[in-house]
Amino acid sequence: MVTEDAKAEPAAHSIVVDGLSKTYGAVQALNNISFRIKPGEIVGFLGPNGAGKTTTMKILTCFMSASAGEAQVAGFDVRNDSEAVRKKIGYLPENVPLYDDMIVYDYLRFIAEVRGVARNKRDERIQAVAALTGLQKVMSRTIFELSKGYRQRVGLAQAIIHEPDVIILDEPTTGLDPNQIIEIRDVIKTIGREKTVIFSTHILQEVTAVCDRIIIINNGEIVADGTLSSLEARAQSLEKGLIVAFEARRAAAALKSVLQGLTGVTRVVELAGRGSEQVFRVEASDESALRKALFEEEAKGQHGLRSVRHNEPTLEDIFRSFTGGATQESGATLEPAARAERPAEVEETPEEEKKEEKKEEKKEVSNA
Amino acid sequence: MHNVAFVMKRELGSYFNSVVAYIVVILFLMITGALFWLSFFQEINVLSLRSFFDQAPLFLAFFAPAITMGLFATEKRSGTLELLMTMPISNFQIVLGKFLASVVLLAVVLLMTLPYAVTLSRLGPLDWGSVWAGYIGLLLLGSSYCAIGIMASSWTRDQVVAILLAFSICFFLYLVNQLVGQPTGTMARVVEYMSTSYHFQNIARGVVDTRDVFYYFSLIGVSLVVATTSIGARRW
Repeated sequence: MVTEDAKAEPAAHSIVVDGLSKTYGAVQALNNISFRIKPGEIVGFLGPNGAGKTTTMKILTCFMSASAGEAQVAGFDVRNDSEAVRKKIGYLPENVPLYDDMIVYDYLRFIAEVRGVARNKRDERIQAVAALTGLQKVMSRTIFELSKGYRQRVGLAQAIIHEPDVIILDEPTTGLDPNQIIEIRDVIKTIGREKTVIFSTHILQEVTAVCDRIIIINNGEIVADGTLSSLEARAQSLEKGLIVAFEARRAAAALKSVLQGLTGVTRVVELAGRGSEQVFRVEASDESALRKALFEEEAKGQHGLRSVRHNEPTLEDIFRSFTGGATQESGATLEPAARAERPAEVEETPEEEKKEEKKEEKKEVSNA
Repeated sequence: MHNVAFVMKRELGSYFNSVVAYIVVILFLMITGALFWLSFFQEINVLSLRSFFDQAPLFLAFFAPAITMGLFATEKRSGTLELLMTMPISNFQIVLGKFLASVVLLAVVLLMTLPYAVTLSRLGPLDWGSVWAGYIGLLLLGSSYCAIGIMASSWTRDQVVAILLAFSICFFLYLVNQLVGQPTGTMARVVEYMSTSYHFQNIARGVVDTRDVFYYFSLIGVSLVVATTSIGARRW
């Protein structure tokens, strides 16, 4: 259905995914997902394990067929023009499969050959990717001997050796130490200056460090798609209010009733406090009035108020709020009340104006 | 066609880098060599490679599965096949490249047995025609077994399963005509036609008949096509 468009203007989108579904037997791995990626974008594919990230990537790389829907890469349909698609992509599968018995140089040479790099350019390209990924020192080593970090670099090098238009990386930083992660991220950023990069991860910091755009996928469905700041704004609208912390001198219930008694308070949610603190999220119709009321109340009652701050959702909060706490990998606990009221799926709404407001508000309100 | 050569080159490289290939080659040469020279001194009045050509097919039924068992099974297990299949190379090119690599290794091993023939020719007049026919027969038979080994390897992620399956098929095809006794009637003719040893004996007698060559080529063709479909089964 989109084929005609794509042929007319091939550069409009690097990746077009339209109503893609995939079932493995009775398991629905992907349920009708759609997204478009423009040339030159770096897109982070975020989601808990088993959400459908790898399946999507396998379909885009023509390794697997979709049960329904269409996908195009660089203007070619993955089903009908599989070979044309495979010429345009570079792919690094999860767990970095490499030929362990080969020497790094020979391996890159083999990939350059099969990927169709012209004979007279092969050496030049091998040297170029080795320099970019920092492989020069290990070019004559057997892949089997390499550390995990170097394996990952070899994996990245093979994905970019033929200068593909679209680079698909499945969890490129899993299992690396922090320094290696930063190095790999830098390589991805460098590649992403010219090419479309789509990479999956369940490490949240990664997306802030590298991506222009985030697609969050959960249970085979896209639950959020946008820039980091727009997602922050949306997560904030789900958990609005002030975060109020008290010294744990009094029972939580007593503090809660004090908070509920303040003017304009619509809702008080008890959060898991750290150590000797009791923390609440207080929603009110007018936040600055609430702030004022809080300090007045503290002056009267000596409740042991420690801090008041605007609720700024962390990446973990964003992730949890869009995936409904489906992952065990983010350590923080989620209060049951808030979880229950969260919508299973967030509709796409233009958040641009809201986002601007929120940002300014955040700066003012943040309170040490 | 370039792609086939690239895959073949890579597989040959890993053959000659791996201990397994050397062990298998040495074992094959030792066993066939020992059996040949032992029986040779018992019938020194006959100057022929007959006993070598009688025994070699049976050992090829071990040898070919051993050198082909990992060709797809290990790539499936490590995930490198996934990467290879997302490159602009067709499944048949992958299969053909691997098959040709195993045939080259087989040919190298068969070349290493040529000194037997050279030694014999020093002792007296040797019928080189039947020797070459025997070698052509061995190459065809061995290539068919390699193709069967590749097919078995494409079915599983486990090398042991691959070698056992391939060995069972090769051994069955080798012995099937002997299982039915003296061939009489249509059924027996069919069984005889299926047998790899029947066609090998025809060739080893010194007559390279197109019917026998056709048999081996169809065996190779069918096995490679099955292997191609089975690795592509996850695609479309």
